[in-house]
Amino acid sequence: MKRVNRDTEASARRVSRRSLLLGGGMTAMFAALGARMRYLGVEQADEFRLLAEENRINIRLLPPTRGLIFDRNGKGLGLNEQNYRVVMTREDAGDVEAVLNRLSHVIPLTREDLADALEALKKNSPFVPITVKDRLDWEQFSRVALNAPALPGVTPETGMSRTYPRDTDFAHVLGYVGPVSEKDLEGIENPDPVLRIPKFQIGKIGVEKWMEDTLRGQAGTKRIEVNHIGRVMRELNRIEGTAGSDVHLTIDAGVQNFVQARLGEESAACVIMDVQNGDIIAAVSAPSFDPNLFVRGISSTDFRFLMDHDHRPMANKAVQGAYPPGSTFKMVTALAALEAGVITAETTFKCPGHLDAGGRKFHCWRRGGHGTVNLERSLMESCDVFYYETALKVGIDKIAEMGRSLGLGIRHDLPMSAITEGNMPDKAWKQERHKEEWVIGDTINASIGQGFVLTSPLQLAVMTARIASGRELKPRLVRAIDGREVPLEPAPSLGFATSNLTAVQGGMVAVMNGKAGTARSARVVAEGVQMAGKTGTAQVRNISAAERERGVISNDNLPWNRRDHALFVGYAPADNPRYAVSVVVEHGGGGSTAAAPIARDALLRALYGAVPPLDAYPADQRGRIDSLLSGLRLRGDDGTYPGVSDT
Amino acid sequence: MSFLEYRVKTAPTGLSKVFAVNWALVLVVTAVAAIGWLMLYSISGGRIEVWAEPQMKRYAVGLVLMFIIAFTPIWFWRSMSGMAYGVSLVLLLVVEFFGTVGMGAQRWIDLGFIRLQPSELMKVTLVMMLANYYDNLDDKKVSHPLWVLVPVALIVAPTILVLMQPNLGTSIMLLMVGAGVMFAAGVSFWYFGGVLALVVGAVVAVFTSRGTPWQLLHDYQYTRIDTFLNPAADPLGAGYNIIQAKIALGSGGWAGKGFMQGTQSRLNFLPEKHTDFIFTTLGEEFGFVGASSLLLLYGLILVFLIVAAVQNRDRFSQLLIIGITVNFFLYLAINLSMVMGMAPVVGVPLPLLSYGGSATLVIMLAFGLVQSAIVHRLR
Repeated sequence: MKRVNRDTEASARRVSRRSLLLGGGMTAMFAALGARMRYLGVEQADEFRLLAEENRINIRLLPPTRGLIFDRNGKGLGLNEQNYRVVMTREDAGDVEAVLNRLSHVIPLTREDLADALEALKKNSPFVPITVKDRLDWEQFSRVALNAPALPGVTPETGMSRTYPRDTDFAHVLGYVGPVSEKDLEGIENPDPVLRIPKFQIGKIGVEKWMEDTLRGQAGTKRIEVNHIGRVMRELNRIEGTAGSDVHLTIDAGVQNFVQARLGEESAACVIMDVQNGDIIAAVSAPSFDPNLFVRGISSTDFRFLMDHDHRPMANKAVQGAYPPGSTFKMVTALAALEAGVITAETTFKCPGHLDAGGRKFHCWRRGGHGTVNLERSLMESCDVFYYETALKVGIDKIAEMGRSLGLGIRHDLPMSAITEGNMPDKAWKQERHKEEWVIGDTINASIGQGFVLTSPLQLAVMTARIASGRELKPRLVRAIDGREVPLEPAPSLGFATSNLTAVQGGMVAVMNGKAGTARSARVVAEGVQMAGKTGTAQVRNISAAERERGVISNDNLPWNRRDHALFVGYAPADNPRYAVSVVVEHGGGGSTAAAPIARDALLRALYGAVPPLDAYPADQRGRIDSLLSGLRLRGDDGTYPGVSDT
Repeated sequence: MSFLEYRVKTAPTGLSKVFAVNWALVLVVTAVAAIGWLMLYSISGGRIEVWAEPQMKRYAVGLVLMFIIAFTPIWFWRSMSGMAYGVSLVLLLVVEFFGTVGMGAQRWIDLGFIRLQPSELMKVTLVMMLANYYDNLDDKKVSHPLWVLVPVALIVAPTILVLMQPNLGTSIMLLMVGAGVMFAAGVSFWYFGGVLALVVGAVVAVFTSRGTPWQLLHDYQYTRIDTFLNPAADPLGAGYNIIQAKIALGSGGWAGKGFMQGTQSRLNFLPEKHTDFIFTTLGEEFGFVGASSLLLLYGLILVFLIVAAVQNRDRFSQLLIIGITVNFFLYLAINLSMVMGMAPVVGVPLPLLSYGGSATLVIMLAFGLVQSAIVHRLR
């Protein structure tokens, strides 16, 4: 095909024209690209720079070191211990299974450990360290370190974990820590972000829970540079957190341990309170459990054992148990009547063994009656009819008022879990609670601490301390935080007439030391440390008239859980009160035999600052007491049991 | 006997060809390639052997190839264009049936020393074929429907094969490059207007039919179109790349974070940072200034190419150069709009910068053809 030159020139021009048109379109596109570049890189630069930083920088929390808990003398109760563990990273290990297998020859690993570790290693990114085994001892830990060349990717690490060296002694007071649960978080408004750290431990019950904010401290932060899959490239900077504050309790670990041992396997509780300032010296609940089990993750067998135990080891009976106070309540009725002026220390009533009131017959514990009884004798011999008569004169509302001013029916605010308010009933309460009229029988029952009255061992100790001092003492559990004393306000006077207080106190002295005192067998003979006290025996069952006719079955012949509670409250020295004590032995029988001896030993232990000397006890009891005291398994000063190696 | 052959005697011969080469174009192309090596060096964390060195070697091979092609008379290449197109088409068929599966699509033929992507080759051979076609077509028949259908068939055949791979980016490029050559050859505006109207109409119909009883596509197909058009709706999946790319570009600001200081690329947030998304690292490390400079160099290359096309009086050479120009422009326009979030992500590399063998070699081969047209043009 031939073409003419002119045509060729014309078509070439057309191609050129069209090419320039295309060039124009390209220029327009270039302008658009340039504008877009300007928009991204100049106008939006700040925002994108921020996004790039967000990409690059992660903020990690550094968990704070938890504050320690000490007793009043600086003995460690809740401590942090070095925790040795072995972690492994997949990318450094190479053949994961082979390395794990080799590791299992160095430290004991269960089949489960191996399977869990293998799964976690496979699931996570290759650079994420996985904990293969926790809580190794030092020897295992060093074995891993020694074998490091044969174990690529395996690193021994140390961490901190909570430990309670005096395990069972402080289980109820301290509680324990555990990993944060969803339930824990629900209860907190604006939870501290540190709580989101996996396996971060917080207090679950007891002081650990209620002093959580003090103990926890402030988390630190570190800013790290990460890449697209989250691998840490380098640390940019680090702000150290502040460790939690150390807490010094008012409790004396030695006394606490002695009382715990003394209560033994009884289902019982004992509180010792300083009559001068309200410090709780001991708050013991028995039987107890080892809180370390919970920190490590309790096995279901252990947990079931604790839950199914009929003595309820998990319950903190010292503050959460609500018991009828029985005759230990009689001081309240007496003081109410004395203060109201309806009786004096010399007022007498006749006790024929019962009182007829409101169409019912109310019995004295001594069927034959006490004859003519004054205040001192009524306390010493625990005559019931005296208090029936007194209560009818003074009325329930005055008694309840007195109970509350002595610390009953009030929730004492201590950093412990499940502190009960107990119950101090009056007319209004019954109307409110039971929609029923208060009747005379209710007053009579309440006068001897039965019926609707419920008290905790803590409340009974407060009551006794207030009677012993005449001052409105408040219980205190925390003595110092980070070495700074918690300020102590002097307790104001309760405003009772000294003669009235002395009359009641005299009665309590007679209980211990009078010829017919119900707790005479638990008296102290050493000069200057003599006790004052009051026994109580609280019925947990109703005794029917028919039963009374047949003769009341003695406690020994009843199944354990239907026997009476044994109670005792007291203080010593009688003439210059230092410590007040309360003891409740669940289903222990009579207060004088089951509770009073324990209270005596506890008080003497606190007063002497050591296991009490035998000459404090009546001569005829010393042999028995000696074998009892020397049979107690007590801790040494360091918290361990002498002669037993700590393994 | 064509006009070109008639004036063959005026074309330079022997060593004088060296002076006829457009050296300025060679220089700018090399400068752009050098920017690529710098970025590859930075992205690999300062190690030259990872990406920069292989890329330099490829460029060297490409350069030699370019000169060999440039010094071979353009009329030889014209006579080869039919065969080149045919071979490319056969190779496309071969990958369709024997190709290695890479990146989820059958695109390569493994020749041992290089993984050849016939679709890349097709971008140039299609231009040669079309240029040759129009060189031989009577100028008056250019807009005749019958003679429009032939080049359309020549374009559509490889496009369908590439679409089946599936490689949407290259298919679009083949269509547009072909259209560009046809446009330059003088095909009537009406055809282009008509096709454009048809496409717009179809798109409008598809979208307006959505949710109506006469809906043209299935619901899941619409969902796919949605994520394709708006990847930001799926920030961890389809949208991840584009979001990270925009962050890298934007965070560079005016002057960038400095050479080898780009956190997005160094910490691996950027995907495909050494291939399709290499521009984002440039933007991050050298900022708006650096990115604009590159754009300027690209602009310069296009200007050189268009000037070469306009200066040439040979129809085949003109159409060849303009086809290659459109091709080169489409590479960078699609790639840049993609990484800047103006267009959906389709796999198109940034010419001369992106790490990769086929694209670089084919581009150098194309520049060789352009230089051959320049060297052997009428004077």
